[in-house]
Amino acid sequence: MNLQVAARLFFVASFFIATEAMAQDAEVKIVIHDHKFEPAEVTVPAGKKVKLVIENQDATAEEFESYELNREKVVPANGRITVFVGPLKPGRYPFFGDFHKDSAKGVLIAQ
Amino acid sequence: MAGIAVLVFREVLEAALIVSVVFAATRGVPSRTRWVGAGILAGVLGAVGVALSAGLIADAAAGMGPELFNATVLFAAVAMIAWHAIWMATHGREMAMQMQTLGAEVSVGQRPLAALLIVVALAVLREGSEVVLFLFAQAAGGSGWVDVAGGMALGIAGGCATGVALYFGLLRIPIRHFFTVTNWLMLLLAAGMASQAARFLVQADVLPSLGPMVWDSSRVLSDRSILGQTLHALVGYDARPAGIQVLFYIVTGALIAVGMKLWGRPTKGATGKGAPRAA
Repeated sequence: MNLQVAARLFFVASFFIATEAMAQDAEVKIVIHDHKFEPAEVTVPAGKKVKLVIENQDATAEEFESYELNREKVVPANGRITVFVGPLKPGRYPFFGDFHKDSAKGVLIAQ
Repeated sequence: MAGIAVLVFREVLEAALIVSVVFAATRGVPSRTRWVGAGILAGVLGAVGVALSAGLIADAAAGMGPELFNATVLFAAVAMIAWHAIWMATHGREMAMQMQTLGAEVSVGQRPLAALLIVVALAVLREGSEVVLFLFAQAAGGSGWVDVAGGMALGIAGGCATGVALYFGLLRIPIRHFFTVTNWLMLLLAAGMASQAARFLVQADVLPSLGPMVWDSSRVLSDRSILGQTLHALVGYDARPAGIQVLFYIVTGALIAVGMKLWGRPTKGATGKGAPRAA
């Protein structure tokens, strides 16, 4: 019986891996400038893994963060980072800069 | 200042909770304050080092340096906790009995304290490096030093106070259950860390997500709330976990539990409850 459970788990896992691999990644670039995201509204395809490239043009570090996307990553001063998200269901996914919450706000729209 | 204090508080809170659990788990060890203190100090120094090399780490491993770094740090902490938990399962019962019969916090022999020093250091390092980067950014961004220093002091004080409160809460647990509780807490701590490590590896596209969000309990208990964050630090609560996080959580917890069961048989003579007062 344990073997059966293991086999089923393996099947489910390989299914997920296969479907994730089949969908091609989309890529989106966001710039941080004066502690603001540009563009502040980004549209990405739903149901696909998305590669977010975030470039910080400020001289201070920022932290890209989103509760809805469950992501968090420091963007060094004048640095560039990559964050993978999704595949997302259609909807709005707000994100923000944790080090400058008042100004650094944006939203990812999956459709 | 309030904004600075809140961010510092959130980071310090997570580390402080972990330190509290470790401190509780080392109850009865006379030198534990020195060990845990050394862990905190090493963590702070490490945090400054990591913050200073944030640019280097960010560019390493084709931009995935931070995720690999965080995942490595988390897995290292998981391994140390597992080692300690399994060790404690073997010796904890005897220790609790000794403490009960002698009615004092006696020295109860060696424990893998180095493992716990590393757990403390890594927790402080991870949360601390973000605090340092944030404070750099604030100072460079024109915040007055009074705001930065005041916010930092308030945040650290608040986070530490919460940790101390948890510690004294744990001390209220009756001594014969004490190490069972701390050991299970350590197990959940490790499971939560493994889940976080998995999240970093999904973020870096190293691991498949097995479903990017298997549930969303943010309406019931948000990640942003103090309770949500506390549970995140202690038992790995995540309002929107990926499938692989759940898998890592369960597998890690199960492996440690099995390890505790396999190697954690009570030694001869130590029968737990109802044992004679004196040997």
